[in-house]
Amino acid sequence: MGHGRAPVTQAPEITLSGSATWAGSPIFSDISLTLPAGQWTCLLGQSGVGKSTLLRLIAGIADGLDFKGQIAFKPEISGRKVTFMAQDDLLLPWLSAQENILLGARLRGDPPDRKRAAELLAKVGLSDHAHKKPKHLSGGQRQRVSLARTLMEDCPVVLLDEPFSALDALTRLQMQDLTTELLLGKTILLVTHDPSEAARLGQVIYLMEQTGLRKIPAPNSKTPRSLDAAAVLKTQKMLYQNLLSHPELTQ
Amino acid sequence: MTGWRAGILSAFLGLAIWQGIVWFAGLPKFILPGPALVAETIWTSRALLAEHALVTISEILIGLVLGSILGAATAIALAASPAARALIKPMLVFSQAIPVFALAPILTLWLGFGLASKIAMALIIIFFPVTSATFDALMRTQPDWLALAKVMGGSPWRIMRHIKIPAALPGFATGLRLAAVYAPIGAIIGEWVGASRGLGYLMLLANGRAKTELMFAALIVLAVFTILLHAAINRLSTRYIDQR
Repeated sequence: MGHGRAPVTQAPEITLSGSATWAGSPIFSDISLTLPAGQWTCLLGQSGVGKSTLLRLIAGIADGLDFKGQIAFKPEISGRKVTFMAQDDLLLPWLSAQENILLGARLRGDPPDRKRAAELLAKVGLSDHAHKKPKHLSGGQRQRVSLARTLMEDCPVVLLDEPFSALDALTRLQMQDLTTELLLGKTILLVTHDPSEAARLGQVIYLMEQTGLRKIPAPNSKTPRSLDAAAVLKTQKMLYQNLLSHPELTQ
Repeated sequence: MTGWRAGILSAFLGLAIWQGIVWFAGLPKFILPGPALVAETIWTSRALLAEHALVTISEILIGLVLGSILGAATAIALAASPAARALIKPMLVFSQAIPVFALAPILTLWLGFGLASKIAMALIIIFFPVTSATFDALMRTQPDWLALAKVMGGSPWRIMRHIKIPAALPGFATGLRLAAVYAPIGAIIGEWVGASRGLGYLMLLANGRAKTELMFAALIVLAVFTILLHAAINRLSTRYIDQR
């Protein structure tokens, strides 16, 4: 789309069902999760409940995890289909912003597409910082480079592991907006522990607990939603109530 | 007090203690020459010292370069291949149980009295610290960088080249700093066992003829070179590796 490039591979629907153990102890059992094609699915839960493990399982990087079940992409996609962004920007400190964006091509031995890297840097508003090393960028700028690197990979599925949680409140809102805009049309899984983030960005919301996954109705409106929209506040309240799970505490 | 000022002050303090011992104990110069006499000897024998220092310095530098290359290459091979780790690592650990000093006569027997046996000594003595520091650093790559690289579809060799090796450079620099201090030891041991040139040879010769001040002069020249070498490597690594 745009820039005379072929459109990305059609975003698939992903279904996952099964159980997983790590070193003998169960991480989750008998869950079933559907990520609708081209939409944002938020996976909300407290730390240590296995959200990131689930994301890593879909990414194919859950080393040491014993998973029994299946993960299906509809339609099937050959080759690379998934990329991910984490809370840590994972930028290599010895490479410039632009070289970091081109890391995937380097690792695959593909010719680096510098023109597209420059375009993506412009999209995330960092054209003037192309040649700076990560340590000369702010936390928000680094996460934008990380977003540009994710876009450069041009995968139909993007897995986001709390990519906004280390940012300050204002930067977080801007980053959420930019990410929603630029990842439009891809199948997204956003792992988060922040109910307002889920209410703002989720088209589908799952709550992950020790007992398994629970689907929580998400607002219908277009994302990113305004923080103070009635539907967002209502969903947020519902999520907090469910997370706290002690009715006497939430009144 | 800044670092170099403290260093100079500390050097003067050391020299003063040294001269004090010589004066108060009334030691003859063939037992312990004072710093003034040693300084004078360095100046008067400068041509002789320079000639022998050049030999020792070449041995140290060549040994350092070869040992670092070999050490880094071994570390990469060990990090890249579990089979290499299983086969070579026990051998490396065992090799550390052999005192390097004991190898010097054998190396002289095999490689002769020239440069080669001393270079080999310097190389052997720095090989383990360089290999070990580099290998540890290669195995400590941030796991999430590797996960990202895997998701990006990187081949093992390219991940090694573009992520693991650059990430391990500070570890390699640590090994190199140690090597700068160890390499002169190797070269001198080699010269003691059998040589016709070099500062180690000159020390033995001077000692045997009770020219203790010349022995001390050679020792000081070696120590100053070692400190400069360490400082140079420290500075290069700080500038190009740690500060990136």
